[in-house]
Amino acid sequence: MQRSIRQEKFRPATGSTGTASIGAALVAVALASVTLPAIAQDAAPATPPAAPAPAAAKAPADVANVKIAVLRQAVDAPAPLSLLDIPPADDGFSGARLAAEDNNTTGRFMKQHFDIVEVEVPVGGDAVAALKDLLAQDVHFIVTLAPADTVLAIADAAGDEALILNAGAPDDRLRGEDCRANVLHLGPSRAMLADALAQFMMWKRWDEWFLIRGSHPNDELWAAALQRAATRFGAKVVEERVYEDTGGSRRTDTGHVQVQKQIPVFTQRAEEHDVIVVADESEIFGEYLPYRTWEPSLVVGSAGLVPMSWHPAHESWGATQLQSRFVKQNNRTMSPLDYQAWMAVRTIGEAATRTKSGEFAPVRDYIKGPAFNLAAFKGQALTFRPWDGQLRQPVILGTPKLPVTVSPQEGYLHKVTELDTLGYDQPESACKL
Amino acid sequence: MTTRLATYAATALLAATMLAGPACAYTVYVSNEKDNTVTLIDTATLEVIKTVDVGNRPRGITISLDGKHLFVCTSDDDTVQVYDAKTMELLYDLPSGPDPELFVLAPDGKHLYIANEDDALVTVVDVESRKMVAEIPVGVEPEGMGVSPDGKFVVNTSETTNMAHIIDTASHEIVENVLVDSRPRFAEFTPDGKELWVSSEIGGTVSVIDMATRQITTKVEFEIAGVAKDAIQPVGVRISKDGKKALVALGPSNRVAVVDTASKQVEKYLLVGQRVWQLAYTPDGKLGFSTNGNSNDVSVIDMETMEVTKSIPVGGLPWGVVVSPD
Repeated sequence: MQRSIRQEKFRPATGSTGTASIGAALVAVALASVTLPAIAQDAAPATPPAAPAPAAAKAPADVANVKIAVLRQAVDAPAPLSLLDIPPADDGFSGARLAAEDNNTTGRFMKQHFDIVEVEVPVGGDAVAALKDLLAQDVHFIVTLAPADTVLAIADAAGDEALILNAGAPDDRLRGEDCRANVLHLGPSRAMLADALAQFMMWKRWDEWFLIRGSHPNDELWAAALQRAATRFGAKVVEERVYEDTGGSRRTDTGHVQVQKQIPVFTQRAEEHDVIVVADESEIFGEYLPYRTWEPSLVVGSAGLVPMSWHPAHESWGATQLQSRFVKQNNRTMSPLDYQAWMAVRTIGEAATRTKSGEFAPVRDYIKGPAFNLAAFKGQALTFRPWDGQLRQPVILGTPKLPVTVSPQEGYLHKVTELDTLGYDQPESACKL
Repeated sequence: MTTRLATYAATALLAATMLAGPACAYTVYVSNEKDNTVTLIDTATLEVIKTVDVGNRPRGITISLDGKHLFVCTSDDDTVQVYDAKTMELLYDLPSGPDPELFVLAPDGKHLYIANEDDALVTVVDVESRKMVAEIPVGVEPEGMGVSPDGKFVVNTSETTNMAHIIDTASHEIVENVLVDSRPRFAEFTPDGKELWVSSEIGGTVSVIDMATRQITTKVEFEIAGVAKDAIQPVGVRISKDGKKALVALGPSNRVAVVDTASKQVEKYLLVGQRVWQLAYTPDGKLGFSTNGNSNDVSVIDMETMEVTKSIPVGGLPWGVVVSPD
């Protein structure tokens, strides 16, 4: 749960989050009646109707009410390798709730109130139907915690009627050939994460990479981003291997005995390298590499040193304040998905404050305009790239316990902002808005 | 033998006391956030007198009007510690609310207004009775605290709400919320009380608010050749005793801007240490001090020539600074 690149995996929430507002409950009911999950055995039930929100949460008449939907779609994914990495049931939702609380504190002074409508779409469920229900309820800000295809389907169905804030999918195609004018991207793309890692590797002069990737399509995309980063920053992939996912159970009593023997064999006789770069977004084997390789190799990428939008121990630039607010609210640490959802809801709050409006069009236009910036505990103002809707942001590289560094690294210069050394810059972008 | 040593010691102490006589010798107190210490500097010699242990994560620091009591926000202890400013003996704790970061002492010296970062509150503490008098709800992540020279208004800046909350000190009610640029860190009144200067760390500006209309009249912007715009992050702001110049600490740009308060134009940038955070002046207005977090030092600024004259190594991550009144 400390890996941004695991954002693709949304597991079904177990049971009710218990906090769905009336709107969410309505949507959930509607979904349950119209959708037939594609993979029945893995499908989560739509969030059951929760008790109506208390009357105290209702805003007085002279207060502008801003409704923000957080739409999460579960995807079918295997259990993570580590028990520590099982995502919490409210992953992402909790970040959005905290941002709404932050917005509402400010809203007291602005006569604005923000409500979150949480929508859970099961695996293979109909997200477009959920969107239409939201639009019918006059909800026009849609934060998605969903895979790329779902984001696209929602964006195309929404047209001018909604602003989609993609807080989950890291796919570069959503910022490239499949970009949409009504979509903004809060989390870093795979290319941004890979570039952040590559810059630090170059600073360390660890420029000979042994790339090991998983066999799933998202692993290939992540490996391609790492390969691109190597080429951009002058590292060399001296060897590439594919670790085939052969399936099977993850929870076995004596699994470590075999893993201890398999990984050395798998990694032996590789070309001489400085680091093993592992592209295992599916989490099939990445965590098996550290300490088990044939040679005493450092591991980076999907295990070891991992690039991410947020680390639960990140404390610079006032981040301790956000971490402690989050822990106080949720009794757990903040994940990258929570942080990205927090940024999405804060983006709307910030624009509502600046425009002094709760109306959809002026808030959306302000967010997409040149004046918008967001303070998000990264030491500088975060802005959206006008050419593809991506939020510029520093990327944290961390081990499980601590952040190690933050990219862009010193010396990677750019005529507009050093943040544009991460990911696809304007001249390289395939996005035509 | 023991007696003789004691006599020597007493004599030496007496001599030292007599030598430290000149009227312009003040003491500078610097809170070192990482080391959990406060460093004392003599302004006559510009040497460190001593460094003493305090509570956990000391940040905001101020001193009583008579110079007898030093107040230190020890953020991780959720308290304000009060020290004998001469002996640096811990006297007692004041209730502060959780995670106090910055505070300001009322001009009459009776109340301390404390920003509680974690709870979106400003806590008002009676310094004499050592009791909490009021809690005022403000925006998200309250930080900067300023007080008007007549004591009628305190101002809190909230870092995530991005407002300067102007609070009436008689009623403890917010009378105005002024929206400023991102992440406001510090609030400072001009000596005549007519203007309020608020720094915005992420926004990169200082908003000047007219207290009569409570509207922003000017935004001071900064531009330093060869320094990325992102690195210019205004934090501490102090207006000189004569009201003519404002110094603005610009964080990771390692510069302090000198701003003409009449024209609101930046006159020059002083190169100080790394990640410059807070500022203070001597009561006679002759010297300025900046805390430079990442280089663990304090820069000394000659306020007449507006030059940096010295750098004094202090503890780890120096954060706040205050100068004794005499």
